[in-house]
Amino acid sequence: MHYSIWSLINQALTGNRNWAPVWRDPEPKSHYDIVIVGGGGHGLATAFYLASRYGMKNIAVLEKGWIGSGNIGRNTTIVRSNYLLDGNEPFYEKSLQLWEGLEQDINYNAMMSQRGIINLYHSDAQRDSYVRRGNAMRLHGADAELLNQDQLRSLCPFLDYENARFPIMGGLLQKRAGTARHDAVAWGYARAADQRGVDIIQNCDVTDFLIKDGVCTGVETSKGTIRAGKIGVAVAGSTSRVMAKAGLRLPIESHVLQAFVTEGLKPVIPGVITFGAGHFYISQSDKGGLVFGGDIDGYNSYAQRGNLPVFEDVCEGGMAIMPMIGRARMLRNWGGIMDMSMDGSPIIDKTPIDHLYLNAGWCYGGFKATPASGLCFAHLLARDEPHEVATKLRLDRFRRGAMLDERGAGAQPNLH
Amino acid sequence: MIINHPHLGPRDASEFSILGDASLINRPDWQAGDADDAFYSYLYLRDNPAGLHRELWFHEQGDRSWLVVTRDTVTHAIIDVALASDIAKAATSKMSKVNAGKKTAAKKTAAKKTATKKTATKKTATKRDVT
Repeated sequence: MHYSIWSLINQALTGNRNWAPVWRDPEPKSHYDIVIVGGGGHGLATAFYLASRYGMKNIAVLEKGWIGSGNIGRNTTIVRSNYLLDGNEPFYEKSLQLWEGLEQDINYNAMMSQRGIINLYHSDAQRDSYVRRGNAMRLHGADAELLNQDQLRSLCPFLDYENARFPIMGGLLQKRAGTARHDAVAWGYARAADQRGVDIIQNCDVTDFLIKDGVCTGVETSKGTIRAGKIGVAVAGSTSRVMAKAGLRLPIESHVLQAFVTEGLKPVIPGVITFGAGHFYISQSDKGGLVFGGDIDGYNSYAQRGNLPVFEDVCEGGMAIMPMIGRARMLRNWGGIMDMSMDGSPIIDKTPIDHLYLNAGWCYGGFKATPASGLCFAHLLARDEPHEVATKLRLDRFRRGAMLDERGAGAQPNLH
Repeated sequence: MIINHPHLGPRDASEFSILGDASLINRPDWQAGDADDAFYSYLYLRDNPAGLHRELWFHEQGDRSWLVVTRDTVTHAIIDVALASDIAKAATSKMSKVNAGKKTAAKKTAAKKTATKKTATKKTATKRDVT
C-alpha cells in the first residue's frame, strides 16, 4: 500500500479496516544471494538500498530480536554532518543529503525535522577550532555558520551567558541538521525493503558462520542453516560477539551510553544544542520531552543500562548551560550498547574472510549515519568496492596507521 | 559500581578511571621478530567479551594504585579485585624463573613458589579487607 493523503482519507472513510501489515513475516529460505545479519537501522537501510539502488534481489535481513530493538530505538535522534576530517565529512554529508530525501525514498513519515544544531563555544581557542571545522564542512558542500554571542542570544535567550566557569561566547550552527523520529526510520526502511522483496526474519539468532577454506558460504541460525552468496554483518554493540564466531578479533570495545528524557514541556528549545566545555547535547521531541545525553559510562558493557555517576555528570552539563531545565522532571533513562572503535570512526569493509563483510564501529554516532551507512554497505556488497564517500572507513586502517581520529584521543575507545 | 580495593576497602567506581583489558599488562617484546604484528594486536585488537572481563582500573582519586578488576560486562557485577603490581610481579618472576631453570624439576619448584606467593598475597589482602 502506498501511503499518501488519499490512502489516509480512504482509510478514514472506511473505518480504518483495510490497513495492511507494514511488512511480511516470512519463513527463511535455504539460500539467499545476500544475507544481512542485524535488523537495526543500518541493516535495514542496507537491504533497502541493495534492492532499490543496486537492483539486487533475493535478500534477507536476520534479526535476533525484533527490528528496531537495538540502538535505532535508543538514540537521541540527532541528524547532522558537522565533522572535520576528510575521511568522515563527505560520508556524513552524503548521509544528511539522503536524510533530506528519505521520506520520499521510503514513502514513510520519518518526521525529519531540520531544526538546526548549535555547538556552543566557550573560549577564543574553541572559536578558532569551530571556524576551522565550519570551513572544512563548507569545503565538502555542507552548511555551517559561525554565530557570535548577539546572534546566539536572539536564537537562544535562555542560555547562561554569564556563567563564570564556562561563558558562552557563541556557536557553530548547521541549519540543515536536526532530528528524525528514530523508530519510524527503522519501520520505514523495513517496510520499503519488504515491498521490494527483502525477507525480514525476526527472532532469528545467528549462531555460527559457515566458513570453508577462508570463504563464508552462509550462517547457522536458530531457524536453521541459511546459505548465502554474500553475508554482511551490521550488529553494532554485538559486533565483537558475532564476529568472534567467525574467528575475528576486532578493534572494537562495547560500551554503554545512556540517554534521558524529561516530562513533556511547551516548546522551549529551538533545535539541537551541544555544550562545548563538557559533554552534553539536548533537543526537544515533538511530544515536548527534553531528550538529552552525554558521555558513555567508560567501562566495557553489554548491559543496556548504565550507572548514576554519568547520570549526574550529564545533568551537571545541562545545568551549566541552561539552568532553566533544572525544574523539569526526569521521565526515563535508558542505555544502549555502542561499538566503540579504536579511533572513534566507523568501519565499512570486507573482512579477511571472503564473502563476509563488516559494518561496525559506529561509536555513539550511528543514528545520523543510518542512510549513508546503508548506501555504502550496499555498494560494497553489490560491487565489491567501497563507495566513494567511504573509501577511508577501512578495517586495515589501524594497521596502516591511517586513523580517522576526530577527537585525537588515540587508541582508547572510551575517550572517543 | 563498588570496587573492593585490596588496601582501602569498598570504594565507588567514580573514584577510578578505567584503561581497558588487563592484557595490556603484557606488553610485547619490541625486539621480537613478530613485533609489528604483536604491537598491532596489543594496541588495537580486543576480545571484548560479554561476560567475565579482566580490566585495569586506576584509583585516580585515591591511592593511585592500579587494580585488575574482574567484572561481568553483562551484569556489571565485580567478581574479583587484585593489585595490578602483584599480578605483574607474579608474571615476571614466573617468566624469569622459567627462563632461568633448565631442568623440569626447577620449573616445578618455581611454579610451586609462585603459587605459594599468590596464596600469601591473597591472604594478606583478605586480612586487610577485614581491618
